[in-house]
Amino acid sequence: MELYQKTAHELSGLLAKKEISARELTENVLAQIQKKDSELGAFITVTGERALETAQKVDELRAKGEKLGALAGIPLAVKDNICTEGIPTTCASKMLADFIPPYSATVMEKLSLLPLVGKANLDEFAMGSSTQSSAFHPTRNPHDPKRVPGGSSGGPAAAVASGEAIMALGTDTGGSIRQPAAFCGVVGLKPTYGRVSRFGAVAFASSLDQVGPIARDVEDAALLLEAIAGPDALDGTVSSKAVPDFRASLKSGVRGMKIGLPKEYLALELAPAVQEKLAQAREHLEAQGAQCVEVSLPRSQYAAAVYHLIASAEASSNLARFDGVRYGHRAENCPDTLTMYLQSRSEGFGPEVKLRIMLGTYALSADAYADFYQKAQKVRRLIADDFAHSFSQCDCLLLPTTSGLPPLLGQELEPRESYTADLCTVSANLAGLPALSLPSGMSEEGLPVGLQLVGNHFQEETLLKVAWTLEQCFGQVEVK
Amino acid sequence: MEYEIVIGLEVHVELKTKSKIFCSCSTAFGSEPNSQVCPFCLGMPGALPVLNQKVVEFATRASLALGCTIHTSSIFHRKNYFYPDLPAAYQISQFDQPLATEGKIALTDGNIIGVTRVHMEAEAGKSTHQGDNILAAEFSLEDFNRSGIGLIEIVSEPDIRSPQEAKEYLERLKAILEYTEVSDCKMEEGSLRCDANISLRPMGSSKLGTKAELKNLNSFRAVERALEYEVERQTQLLDRGERVVQETRNWDEAKGITSSMRSKEEAHDYRYFPEPDLLPLELERSWIEEIRSTLPELPHARAARFQQEYGLPQYDAELLVGSKALANFYEETVSLFPEPKEVANWVMVEVLRLLRSSEQEIQQSKLTAKGLAGLLKLVQDGTISGSVGKTVLEKMFKTGQEPGEIVEKQGLSQISDQGKLEEIIAQVVAANPKSVTDFKAGKGKAMGFLVGQVMKQTRGMANPQLTNKLLGEFLKKQ
Repeated sequence: MELYQKTAHELSGLLAKKEISARELTENVLAQIQKKDSELGAFITVTGERALETAQKVDELRAKGEKLGALAGIPLAVKDNICTEGIPTTCASKMLADFIPPYSATVMEKLSLLPLVGKANLDEFAMGSSTQSSAFHPTRNPHDPKRVPGGSSGGPAAAVASGEAIMALGTDTGGSIRQPAAFCGVVGLKPTYGRVSRFGAVAFASSLDQVGPIARDVEDAALLLEAIAGPDALDGTVSSKAVPDFRASLKSGVRGMKIGLPKEYLALELAPAVQEKLAQAREHLEAQGAQCVEVSLPRSQYAAAVYHLIASAEASSNLARFDGVRYGHRAENCPDTLTMYLQSRSEGFGPEVKLRIMLGTYALSADAYADFYQKAQKVRRLIADDFAHSFSQCDCLLLPTTSGLPPLLGQELEPRESYTADLCTVSANLAGLPALSLPSGMSEEGLPVGLQLVGNHFQEETLLKVAWTLEQCFGQVEVK
Repeated sequence: MEYEIVIGLEVHVELKTKSKIFCSCSTAFGSEPNSQVCPFCLGMPGALPVLNQKVVEFATRASLALGCTIHTSSIFHRKNYFYPDLPAAYQISQFDQPLATEGKIALTDGNIIGVTRVHMEAEAGKSTHQGDNILAAEFSLEDFNRSGIGLIEIVSEPDIRSPQEAKEYLERLKAILEYTEVSDCKMEEGSLRCDANISLRPMGSSKLGTKAELKNLNSFRAVERALEYEVERQTQLLDRGERVVQETRNWDEAKGITSSMRSKEEAHDYRYFPEPDLLPLELERSWIEEIRSTLPELPHARAARFQQEYGLPQYDAELLVGSKALANFYEETVSLFPEPKEVANWVMVEVLRLLRSSEQEIQQSKLTAKGLAGLLKLVQDGTISGSVGKTVLEKMFKTGQEPGEIVEKQGLSQISDQGKLEEIIAQVVAANPKSVTDFKAGKGKAMGFLVGQVMKQTRGMANPQLTNKLLGEFLKKQ
């Protein structure tokens, strides 16, 4: 087995015992990027030199006998909407094609000893679910290059699935970590809103965005979450709650736990492979001593509509700063300020981003506010109430991550289909709940299937424990 | 027709906290452009606001001093609009759930002006256009040092009934804010700014007329003048049977007129929505009470005390408390020279005149309470006359020297030596025989002329009472 195929916790052990060096490992991963990325297009910027410098530093520190964190020296990919000081952070947009932030996201500060191998591709400004709306190039699914990797964190998920990185950071506003994780056969975790600092993650929808791990297995996801979580003086929305040792209870089993099966989601039009894996998961959990109970989330049917209104409204405001005045794309030869705004934004943004800005601007306008934005906020509360009620009946929820399998590149989803596709993931963001997508084996066509667990606020431990138990049944998906 | 004037004021005040409202950048005035900035106040992607507790404290203190109700729960909104000095293209401000509501300011005439609300918000950057305005400019420069400084906006009820009342409201408001030490309130540095809404309605009507909003009011005097102009303009429109258009109007200080900037139809839709990057602001009652307990004596209470404790008329008391530093100066002088009315006269007339002509505040000037008290003692004990005292005061104001030192060096001591005065009187009488004749003929003016001649001979230093007495006696003997 090549080094790039191993999990971070295995590699961590090898590094600690000095059986391998961080440099050797990083070179191995960079070679895999060299070999595969021209086909997959997981990265926008590859930062090989910088990765090797970090690896070198880790090796030197280790040689000096310094006590290092478990993840020191593990090659990392980062979605390109997370700011990295001195390294282009493009959001896969022409608008920020030349933007080099003079600061790093808090999560990057916390991961400074992980060699950063590159900035991974995404849908422009994280708006999309296929990584095809990147202004630079699409990313392909490592399990079938004719298919999309999902999105918007398609680049990070494809990188982890193909050995172009050992682990990665994504951002999740409506499923952008979980859905590509499901399509690429890796673990993706959206933390509770307020668990991880958003400072330096370019905002899409501030009340929904969270940064989270994409990893080979559940234990790696637990390690990476622990490394990035916790309070931050630069983000007032992060909870001051202590971050638990997520690995401690990982393997303690599910005996006596109640797993909720939300009937509204199970009644969706699901691909046969998804239905089959759901049944298998339920069986395994029951065999391990958990009890599966049916729960109801009646207002979830409105989740996609509510999500699109709120996310677009916030996005219209968050993306207004890209005006060509101080940084980012500025149109040339504009006679006045208004033309500069209009031209710069018309040229800098792609069609999907423009669509959402226009929708969001309308939803917040004086005439539409009460009927759209405000109503959406009220329904959002009701959706959250449904979840709160369900958690009085169970410890966590089991549901699909996606209703189907990864579509072909260039295949346009019908609006209704994409609506259903979002439905499984967006409600966790609306309610601020932690949610995890777990690889659950392959379909007959050889495509990965993901299942999703949703927990109560700050109950990532529960999610990870149940996910680890299921992982014993489904196993890991082979690194391609 | 006779109209009732209806005015409401919106005042923006920069809070003098050390750091900005949502980041830790310094708020110091006058630094190198763009030297006090960070990713947040530059609107860089991914940067987030973190509320500065001191700003909340200052805003609460000001609101309490204005007699407002403080709300234990308030929220911030985003006000969205594009402008080059607004780097995120939205201003974080409080909207429908502000920090404080329902305060009041009492005016001299007994009219009480309601304060609708006090809310917190972030300041924008500062644009400098290379040309008359942004449209005519070849290019514009942006300084973001000011971007993100904490502001409070104080909105009055439409209770103000004249331009003069508007000016007085502003003076009172400024005094209160100075007393609470939340702001420098310097209009010339932009740390206090005012927009005015004005409409007219037929006397006796309770329905509000159509208002105009006035901008670019750069001094209290400008507020008063612009409102006076607008009263005249709206009166003429209404008298001709025309309608006032709801619009924003720009005050042109040089021309002394207002002109239309934008109509209601062109007004922005700011698309306010709750700021998702900030949690609702929750205040503890006990914390609010703690701030209330540390409020200083406010101008209104101080004026009442001045009347009672020092026996000052209301006018004097209110004039003196209008500036905290001046009132402090007054009290300190009285403690050294316990003649409250005498001190008040000197402060209100002479000291204020010197301050105004030099455009200084008392704390910037070289004059000290000890110095003024010393001067008043010299006048009281007859060492110098009142009019010489004024000259000495000017010198003290300019140089900061002690009054005794000035009197001595310049030989300004009053001549109260009887023998010496008699000698001068004899010379003056001898030189002006006609006046002596006039005096004998009962012409009262002649006496005044002769006193004047004595003063002239002594360069004003003859003790006036003694001169009068001696001259009278001397003339009777003739």
